[in-house]
Amino acid sequence: MVYKTPAYFDEMRDPSGVRPAYQGLQGWVDEMPAELRAMKQHEAEALFRRIGITFAVYGEGGDPDRLIPFDMFPRIFAHDEWRRLERGIKQRARALNAFLDDVYGRGEIIRAGRIPGPLVWKNEAFEKAVTGFRPPRGIYSHIVGIDLVRTGPDEFFVLEDNCRTPSGVSYMLENREIMMRMFPQLFRANRIAPVEAYPRLLKRTLASVAPEKCDRDPTVVILTPGHFNSAYYEHSFLADMMGVELVEGADLFVDGDYCWMRTTEGPKRVDVIYRRLDDSFLDPLCFRPDSMLGVPGLMNVYRSGGVTIASAPGAGVADDKAIYTYVPEMVRFYLGEEPLLKNVPTWTCNKADDARYVLENLADLVVKEVHGSGGYGMLVGPKASKDEVELFRDKIRANPSNYIAQPTLALSTCPTFVDEGVAPRHVDLRPYCLVGETIELVPGGLTRVALKDGSLVVNSSQGGGVKDTWVLAE
Amino acid sequence: MTMLSRTADNLYWIARYLERAETTARLLEVGGRNALMPNIGGGYRNEWDAILLASGTGERFIEKYDEPVQRNIETYMFFDRDNPSSILSCIEAARENARIVRTALTTQVWDAINTAFQEIREMARQERSKIELSTMTDWTTRTSALIRGAILGTLLRRDGFYFLNLGYYLERADNTARLLDVKYYVLLPQTAYVGSGLDNYQWATLLRAMSAYRSFNWAYGAEMTPARIAHFLILNPACPRSLRSSIIGATEQLEALQRGYGHSTEAQAQVRRLLGELSEASVEDIFEEGLHEFLTRFIREVGSLGAAVRDAYLTGEAR
Repeated sequence: MVYKTPAYFDEMRDPSGVRPAYQGLQGWVDEMPAELRAMKQHEAEALFRRIGITFAVYGEGGDPDRLIPFDMFPRIFAHDEWRRLERGIKQRARALNAFLDDVYGRGEIIRAGRIPGPLVWKNEAFEKAVTGFRPPRGIYSHIVGIDLVRTGPDEFFVLEDNCRTPSGVSYMLENREIMMRMFPQLFRANRIAPVEAYPRLLKRTLASVAPEKCDRDPTVVILTPGHFNSAYYEHSFLADMMGVELVEGADLFVDGDYCWMRTTEGPKRVDVIYRRLDDSFLDPLCFRPDSMLGVPGLMNVYRSGGVTIASAPGAGVADDKAIYTYVPEMVRFYLGEEPLLKNVPTWTCNKADDARYVLENLADLVVKEVHGSGGYGMLVGPKASKDEVELFRDKIRANPSNYIAQPTLALSTCPTFVDEGVAPRHVDLRPYCLVGETIELVPGGLTRVALKDGSLVVNSSQGGGVKDTWVLAE
Repeated sequence: MTMLSRTADNLYWIARYLERAETTARLLEVGGRNALMPNIGGGYRNEWDAILLASGTGERFIEKYDEPVQRNIETYMFFDRDNPSSILSCIEAARENARIVRTALTTQVWDAINTAFQEIREMARQERSKIELSTMTDWTTRTSALIRGAILGTLLRRDGFYFLNLGYYLERADNTARLLDVKYYVLLPQTAYVGSGLDNYQWATLLRAMSAYRSFNWAYGAEMTPARIAHFLILNPACPRSLRSSIIGATEQLEALQRGYGHSTEAQAQVRRLLGELSEASVEDIFEEGLHEFLTRFIREVGSLGAAVRDAYLTGEAR
């Protein structure tokens, strides 16, 4: 295999050669002729298309049944690497939930002066409507997706937390199915921990947070915005794998103290709603009155303990950009532990010292607007012209509190099939942590890969692809 | 056994669209065959008119294409998205409904429907002159059989299965009645034609449209008379597309739902009434009422049965 060791940390090769976790792949890649590779790639695409797992970006035009490019070269974690990551992920998921339980209750962390109160209360994602109500087991975010990047053998950084409804888990499961179908010999030769327990664990997690009033086997449903939603495939896939109904807002209604679904036998009571739509669409009586997607009166039933909503309304305040810098503080405050996963160092320009540092090092930093998203209003120092840097210098001086800055991260690379053969491409990782009666993490996650040479953007809307993610068993 | 009303509704419509696609294909097949026949009576132009009329979408066609020439009609009935009964429209609608209720279908059923969708979109991209009419109609009947087979072979025998079948049978009842009505009403308005050579030929066409030409011969011997044909297509439970067969099928599904859910609804009452009438009627009774009048009433009753099914099961409000 002709594969130049890149300047970045490479998941497969370090200066001393192929890292142990990847040794089982060496022969597979070397022995695969180009034609076979092309055939397998074609087969994978046909499989994805037949399953119907497509990715629609509405408003972008083009093929509504577009596939997310699938790269057959797996990304692999050694067993002990994963153990360390797992502890860090579970720790973070616990802390985020403890934070939510606290800020919608007594607000101890604010009283203790560890997080400024206004940052929480004035946050757009803070839901006044649920203060004082404690959901079952005090859990707000039942599925925590934590986006991680790697810069060295033991250097993992959290880019962001997703406490609402992280998507992409269907790719984790389907990528594995397709790899197993196409390359069974790889799975015989390597001991790869299975991920197929995820739907069962998800259902168990959701059932474990049924309302106290529920005195029978709880009825769980998934609430989708509808089949035009780009993640609809995932919604129906999960419903299918869990054996629960996939409902739209119009399938549910509120009567008395409970929420019901319309069935062929008349109304049936619903106990747990795994919702895949935003807070503001949940209940037109409580939030956006123009929303047709939600269920009128749902929030009243929720607050009186008639139904559980997962994730809980208001959970978004924990994954906000402004709150992000305080997550390590949450770990120390609630758990009394040192955080195992690092945040990306962040300078907040409203602090005079930070602002001075940022202005002195602008050419090396990434500068973002506090409330910006999707790469708008952003300066990438190393790639910007002198004029652009100066423009940002003026902007930061004029309104420092609107900006944060982070170092430009050297994202790790993983071997990836490209036209010329195999080449390093930058990757990230999103594992899915389940929080219910127990905290569960299946050994795997979604690896996204920037398919363009040199690109650091892994988003599927901007030319990113996905890989199967392996964790080797002990 | 219970399911989301919306899911039941989607399943019911998947079947209706698929059955409708098959009917459209049969109509096209008959039209193509007639175009090969010598020009008798009104000639083949008249035939294509009748076929458009039978499909219930003639007005739209005239607006868009003006002249009913074969190539245009083929395109319109096979590939035109503006025609809600075109085979492409039906397959797309069935697939969209299936995508919505993926969880209620087996992988094989989804696979069969989704593959049909991919294939017909591929066909629609090809140059029209490269595709023979027979290729299109054969594809449709084969695809339809494949999906039906996947449903029969793999789907759990519970409410979802019954709602799917109910869609098939009600659509079939409606389509057969409409086809009969068009043939009788449009092509044989004058009793003078009855018994003439033209008459025989028209009835044969009708039997072909139901894929029932040969089975009629097996069931009645070769001699075709309007009364026998009407009996075969309306009252004979051995003919799989007859009105009575369709209603027997619908009754079976509704009875299975009644057993599963443990109670009867207005839909069961209506279907039993309809079945009772068809079981007792004779061809003479029907001709006495007037075939057209009978068929019009039947189509209305099937519509009302559909509404009763909707009220009982598909809105989720009945208790």
